[in-house]
Amino acid sequence: MSRPPLAAACAAVLRRDLVLAWRRRGDIAMPVLYALIVATLFPFALGPEEALLQRIAGGVVLVTVLLAMLLALDAMFRGDIEDGSLEQLVLAPQPLALMLGMKILAHWITTALPLIVIAPLLAGMLHLPGAAMSVLLLALLLATPLLSLLGAILVALTAGTRRSGMLLALMLLPLCVPVVIFAAGAVSAAQQGLPWLAPVAWLGAALAMALVLAPLACAAALRIALDA
Amino acid sequence: MANWIPLWLHKLGSPPIFYRFAGTLRPWALALALLLGMAALYGGLVLAPADYQQGDAYRIIFIHVPSAWMSLFIYGVMALASFIALVWRIKLAEVVAMESAPIGAAFTFVTLVTGSLWGKPMWGTWWTWDARLTSELVLLFLYLGVIGLYHAFEDRRQGARAAAFLALIGIVNVPIVHFSVNWWNTLHQGSTVRILGPSKMSGDMLWPLLTMMAATKFYYIASLFGRVRADLLALESGKDWVRQIAEAEAGR
Repeated sequence: MSRPPLAAACAAVLRRDLVLAWRRRGDIAMPVLYALIVATLFPFALGPEEALLQRIAGGVVLVTVLLAMLLALDAMFRGDIEDGSLEQLVLAPQPLALMLGMKILAHWITTALPLIVIAPLLAGMLHLPGAAMSVLLLALLLATPLLSLLGAILVALTAGTRRSGMLLALMLLPLCVPVVIFAAGAVSAAQQGLPWLAPVAWLGAALAMALVLAPLACAAALRIALDA
Repeated sequence: MANWIPLWLHKLGSPPIFYRFAGTLRPWALALALLLGMAALYGGLVLAPADYQQGDAYRIIFIHVPSAWMSLFIYGVMALASFIALVWRIKLAEVVAMESAPIGAAFTFVTLVTGSLWGKPMWGTWWTWDARLTSELVLLFLYLGVIGLYHAFEDRRQGARAAAFLALIGIVNVPIVHFSVNWWNTLHQGSTVRILGPSKMSGDMLWPLLTMMAATKFYYIASLFGRVRADLLALESGKDWVRQIAEAEAGR
């Protein structure tokens, strides 16, 4: 039996995950709804004063998106572990890191992309000025894949455990501190009319590094967690 | 080339030999820790003069700074043991890494608590989002993550390997967090008020500090050895050498 070419295998994994996500469209909507609810609660808690909301808008949107992604992170490999298809992926002749990279990409498309689409609405509700909006979107475009990649490593580590929701949050917090700092730093710099390229460049550099290393680390973590 | 050093280290990796080795060393380490700790406390609280600016409040430094050093030192030990455990799959290294984590978390917690107790009279606040404080808090979360992940698995060795991997991710993360938090803080508020710099310190303040540092090191060794011994007995409960120890205990 000949091995299917690598590109075909990647496409197959990606297509399978996207189709599975599409069949359960309700699950895609949940993080978006969650982000909408959280962002709506802030004006209620802090008062509708425009100057205050304007000042916190960038940070609130970023943290909201992060929390919504954390909510969806838990489910990244859960279905595949339950029906055993993840173990088949580990046994497959194709490099596991690449296959997991495709799964992370599918997860990013189904959870982070809708959040990025809705982010301008959330930011608008909090009166973020238009000049900072494009920077916010750019920061989100760089920060969300970074969070997906980092989160995937941790999800893989907890793959062999049953209760992992809170644990995942505890483990992700130290990893996402720099991401939040740089993303929010870029937005607030843009809001104050300062140059915002440096933090965005740092995010891009971190993303480039994570793109290469995170799937490898994810594969190593998964082998540890499934090795019973 | 002295051949006995690698040979001895190799032997020490075996659980029964390490169990005995740790058992003989532990009382000595504990005694030294107590002795040095008492001497350092006496030197720091009684002999050392009061600070010209902070008065007696500065004396918390003799607890605070050695704990802060230990919180980083133990993370280093844990990461090193984790690396050894993952690469060579040595059972003892897994145990050392996992039993270091609660001690390190305790030292980090002590650092944060004493720091906030010190901050209240000096800075006028329990907590400030200073770069160092924030990094220390993140370090505590890293420790807690490692401990949590270790206990989330039913199989202890599997849990230890997963948590060891997390500890290694953490050691890459610590400098990044420290750097980014520094950058973040300087972006927002220029220079932080730092009343006490560690720059100049007179000798009669310095020696209690260094003695306390040695005491905390010995305490770590004693505590670690005690924990590792208990953990080894639990891990190897089916083995012959544990049965012999159990029978000797029962026969007494």
